[in-house]
Amino acid sequence: MSSEAKIRLDRVEKKYHGTSVPAVEELSLDVHEGEILVLVGPSGCGKSTTLRLINRMIEPTGGKIYLDDEDVTTVDPDKLRRRIGYVIQQIGLFPHQTIAQNIATVPRMLKWDKARIAARADELLHLAGLDPEIYRDRYPKELSGGQAQRVGVARALGADPEIMLMDEPFGAIDPITRERLQNEFLRLQAELKKTIVFVTHDIDEAIKMGDRIAILGERSVIRQLDTPERILAFPVDQFVDDFIGAGSTIKGLNFEQLSGLRLGGYPTIRSDQSPQAGLEALNESNKTWLLVVDEQNRPMRWMREGDLQQSTGSYQDEGSEVRIRLNAEDTLFDSLEQMLQSESGSCCVVDRHGALTGVVEMAHLRRAIRRAQVEARRHYEDLEDNA
Amino acid sequence: MTDQITHREMPTGTEGSEAGPPVVPREGFFAMWRRLQLGLWLAPLGILALVGVLYMYYQNLDLANAVRQTRSALQWETKLWPQMLQHVQIAFVATVVVVIVAVPLGIILTRPAFRRVGPYVVAVANSGQALPAYGLLVLFGAAMGMNRTAAMWAFVVYALLPVLRNTMVGLDQVDRSVIEAGRGMGMTRMLVLTRIELPLAVPVILAGVRVAMVLNIGMATLAFLIGGGALGVTIYSGIELNQNSVLIVGAVLVAIVALTFDWLGAVAERYLRPRGI
Ligand SMILES: Nc1ncnc2c1ncn2[C@@H]1O[C@H](COP(=O)(O)OP(=O)(O)O)[C@@H](O)[C@H]1O
Ligand SMILES: [Mg+2]
Repeated sequence: MSSEAKIRLDRVEKKYHGTSVPAVEELSLDVHEGEILVLVGPSGCGKSTTLRLINRMIEPTGGKIYLDDEDVTTVDPDKLRRRIGYVIQQIGLFPHQTIAQNIATVPRMLKWDKARIAARADELLHLAGLDPEIYRDRYPKELSGGQAQRVGVARALGADPEIMLMDEPFGAIDPITRERLQNEFLRLQAELKKTIVFVTHDIDEAIKMGDRIAILGERSVIRQLDTPERILAFPVDQFVDDFIGAGSTIKGLNFEQLSGLRLGGYPTIRSDQSPQAGLEALNESNKTWLLVVDEQNRPMRWMREGDLQQSTGSYQDEGSEVRIRLNAEDTLFDSLEQMLQSESGSCCVVDRHGALTGVVEMAHLRRAIRRAQVEARRHYEDLEDNA
Repeated sequence: MTDQITHREMPTGTEGSEAGPPVVPREGFFAMWRRLQLGLWLAPLGILALVGVLYMYYQNLDLANAVRQTRSALQWETKLWPQMLQHVQIAFVATVVVVIVAVPLGIILTRPAFRRVGPYVVAVANSGQALPAYGLLVLFGAAMGMNRTAAMWAFVVYALLPVLRNTMVGLDQVDRSVIEAGRGMGMTRMLVLTRIELPLAVPVILAGVRVAMVLNIGMATLAFLIGGGALGVTIYSGIELNQNSVLIVGAVLVAIVALTFDWLGAVAERYLRPRGI
């Protein structure tokens, strides 16, 4: 991801006619090429206004807007919008046009030839996970809410714009379908690498969708702009803290993989070793549990001191079975979930062949959380020092 | 369309055995009527039947022994047929002019720049309809001379309101988010109007045109008052001669013309309505 600003807002202001307080006040913001920047904030804080300033659905009353370093506050707004995908919560499919015609809206305006338009419509239906044979000639009223929203996204991608503006695109969809559409969209974005400004009032959606998140307060003032990890680890003020709400620490665990942890040694014996060796290994460490592994170093059973003392040395049906094994790519959140369920309060991490690479314990998570917080705080202190 | 009936689910067997034989849900009479659009296809039959009845009535009139004025008033080639053509002509031309005036006016009055004057123009159009039709005719006759053109213009003013109001309502009821999506993709205001707003308003506008058409056919009966001819002439002589046969033939012919055009309007509404809505 290059960090060059694809979209730049420079002290943009919008004062609606007949109001004294601006809806957007002196907003400066860079959106990097290929990222999803989420604008999130309470209802009425000016998110939609900000978004609509970018494609000039609303004319700014002050400031400049640049796309690729080109000042677009003076170009023809209709031509500008054909270069920018726009998705709204209500979708706004044209009810009297077929799905294919809907998707072809922008290509038609750009006067593509018929064959190219038809091919593009089919391609986009495929991308949206809808079979062209079935859906091409349907009308919007024959679609479910989720399907309609997919078509809405496909239509916005019509002429392959580099920039997409999305205003609460999944806001009116039931939670299960919303989750699926979010995942599909993230998969699509990994391929397409559009520059996206995404508006939502739902902090969880922001955390999930955003490469970076701008938390906005009244008059669209940026309260914090950063990666979701850093915002969760270090909310800069009470407003942001309140807005993120409870559970920010746990949500933060989603962003770190187990591969990032330094896991220390853990008492282990091979299944051909004696219980006596196990007791010695256990006493040398300060742990309560010991792991029995097989010849390929794959974790088999959890044993306590008492289990070892009564052990016959076969380790069959002794102690408790290792049920869950995580990989290095799993997140700390996954490991927390498993730890809470396991008797030993810890969780095995294994490699591709199932061989043990380490054991995650609660202390590791605690340390990881503290480290993220300290790093984030240091980051903000550095910013202040440089300012 | 018929698979709505055949694919309808039956109550399950267990339910049926407890509560007696399963009840097959029946489509209501009116639902079936609407579904098959029987009205649309039965109406011409009704109109033809009316024509048949009138024809028989006319054939059985003892015109040879009737008074001279009656015989003359009921002549087909020189009286009834030309009057009927005049009738259709007045109503049709007036309606076309109404559409040419009211639809663009309705479009202009729903654009942001003129939205605020809309209510005033509607009020003026309203007063056109509130005036007594007779007075309106006389006014136009006095101003433009006693002829068919004057009558036609009077009817234009009279029938303007339904088309104007329906055009405005039809355009206003188009979902804002559909327009927003169109504008957001870079459609010009003109494109949004022609490709989205107008097609979506067509059903409502057509309903207004149909009302205006029927209104005009009724009004054309009064055109004779300022020398505009049409079937009102026959009806009026029926009253003047105190001859019911003349009155009946004239009135039924008006009814046939009105029903025929109303039916044409219904067919137009059915087939000009965009698919998907
Ligand atoms: N067309 C408008 N005219 C006047 N005020 C408006 C208009 N649109 C929005 N506002 C006001 O601007 C503020 C921000 O609105 P909006 O951008 O829609 O907020 P959000 O999308 O964050 O909910 C609100 O106080 C709203 O009342
Ligand atoms: Mg909004």
